[in-house]
Amino acid sequence: MKINWFKYSSPQTFYPLAEKMIPWFAWLAAILAVAGLYISFVMAPTDFQQGEAYRIIFVHVPAAWMSMVIYIVMAAWAGLGLALNARLSAMMAQALAPTGAIFTLLALVTGSLWGKPMWGAWWVWDARLTSELILLFLYLGFIALQSSIDDPRRADRAGALLALVGVVNVPIIYFSVKWWNTLHQGSSINMGAAPKMAATMLLGMLLMALAFWMYTVAVALMRVRCIMLERERSADWVKALSLGAKS
Amino acid sequence: MNDAWLIILKRDLLLAFRRRSDVATTLFFFLIVSSLFPLGVGPEVAVLSSIAPGVLWVAALLAGMISLNRLFAADFTDGSLEQMLIAPQPLALLVLAKILAHWLVCGLPVVLLAPLIGLQYALPNDALLVLVWSLLLGTPTLSLIGAIGAALTLGVRGSGLLVALLVLPLYIPVLIFGAGAVAASQHGMSAQAHLSLLAACSLLSLVLAPLATAAALRISVE
Amino acid sequence: MQWASWSAFFNMGGYAFYVWVSFGLTLLCVVWEVLALRKRSAQALRLSRLLAQE
Repeated sequence: MKINWFKYSSPQTFYPLAEKMIPWFAWLAAILAVAGLYISFVMAPTDFQQGEAYRIIFVHVPAAWMSMVIYIVMAAWAGLGLALNARLSAMMAQALAPTGAIFTLLALVTGSLWGKPMWGAWWVWDARLTSELILLFLYLGFIALQSSIDDPRRADRAGALLALVGVVNVPIIYFSVKWWNTLHQGSSINMGAAPKMAATMLLGMLLMALAFWMYTVAVALMRVRCIMLERERSADWVKALSLGAKS
Repeated sequence: MNDAWLIILKRDLLLAFRRRSDVATTLFFFLIVSSLFPLGVGPEVAVLSSIAPGVLWVAALLAGMISLNRLFAADFTDGSLEQMLIAPQPLALLVLAKILAHWLVCGLPVVLLAPLIGLQYALPNDALLVLVWSLLLGTPTLSLIGAIGAALTLGVRGSGLLVALLVLPLYIPVLIFGAGAVAASQHGMSAQAHLSLLAACSLLSLVLAPLATAAALRISVE
Repeated sequence: MQWASWSAFFNMGGYAFYVWVSFGLTLLCVVWEVLALRKRSAQALRLSRLLAQE
């Protein structure tokens, strides 16, 4: 069977397709989250060093993973949009950014909620938290640039270029922060990198990360639909759709 | 091709020379920011010399950033930027000439002024030397990366603050390596590794930043 | 099963505040994001309906 993928790259055809896809991803996210929460709260044993506070890791580490994955995926969509001049790719990049920023913020907040009982301080300049903070700045820069340019075409392409510049810089920033941290002798407890992590713990984190991933897809599709409606406000298909929708 | 490059460089330097107040603004900003810290922190020599590398580098970062808005703005309003876009020479090379001019006008004076301020912070002689070297190797990266931000925000409302938000996170490696070099020499260690990394950052951005800036200019002007 | 009783579960070995605030905030973000997007979509549709009726 030959599928014409380009057909789905126009907003008019993608809009109803996304509508059909959203419930699938949402349900997958819900099921994975329930399984992940069951493992992280019922099956995973108490950590003998950190007590029950370590269970924060089951939300902190997946949020931190997703914040990085989303940035890379966002940059990939942005690059694709720039290379192929495809509107849908740019819209996907734009739709992913706020969710990525939210996960970054969650990773920071849960990291400091973990740090308070473990380190005795709400904030410690350890390599992981610091790079997460810088990632938040990168997301905010992308969102700020896109929202301050009025012309959507220019906003798409400028944002895409910024995301690509950011993705080239992320490894350098990460390396420099890590280096800075070892020179200044930071914390001794390393969050999430326990040497002998039980298999159940790893499974819990993986399930939660997958749940977040599916959630991200569902929410990004929801947001991309909003962006399509807003951009093509005066297009015939949107008008027909809005008249058909119940008020 | 070399002619166009030199003409742009000469023209930008001439314009900067005609409006010397712009250069002075950057220098005064650097001077004022780095003089505020002793007033805020207190005049103890031990404290001042321990914060000196970070303070001087952050001040240099901010001083290089406030002048970024002017990098392409004048050419954008008088139309010469569009001439550059359609010129037969590769845009990235022409952009490089503008960035070099920006560094000569805004970066180099800061590098030359920095040891004087380092003296106020009681930095020893060899640390002063490392400070100059680190700024010399690091500030070109600031101009190069800054040019991308300046090109992206060209003609956008509120571009002054926006450029800070875009560019400052990307400056972090240069800050870490630069301030780290001075701190290493203060502690009697070799600053070689830091300086090599700064040079590597400069070389990498020398290759990539003009291309990205050229692409950003095409997006912003088209 | 790790827990002797429900109260032991809610107590989280004395770390109740940190653990439950972490998970609660995550849930809050998820719910808020979904609701905000629904509102945004409804608003966009309402606006284009006004445009269509003109």
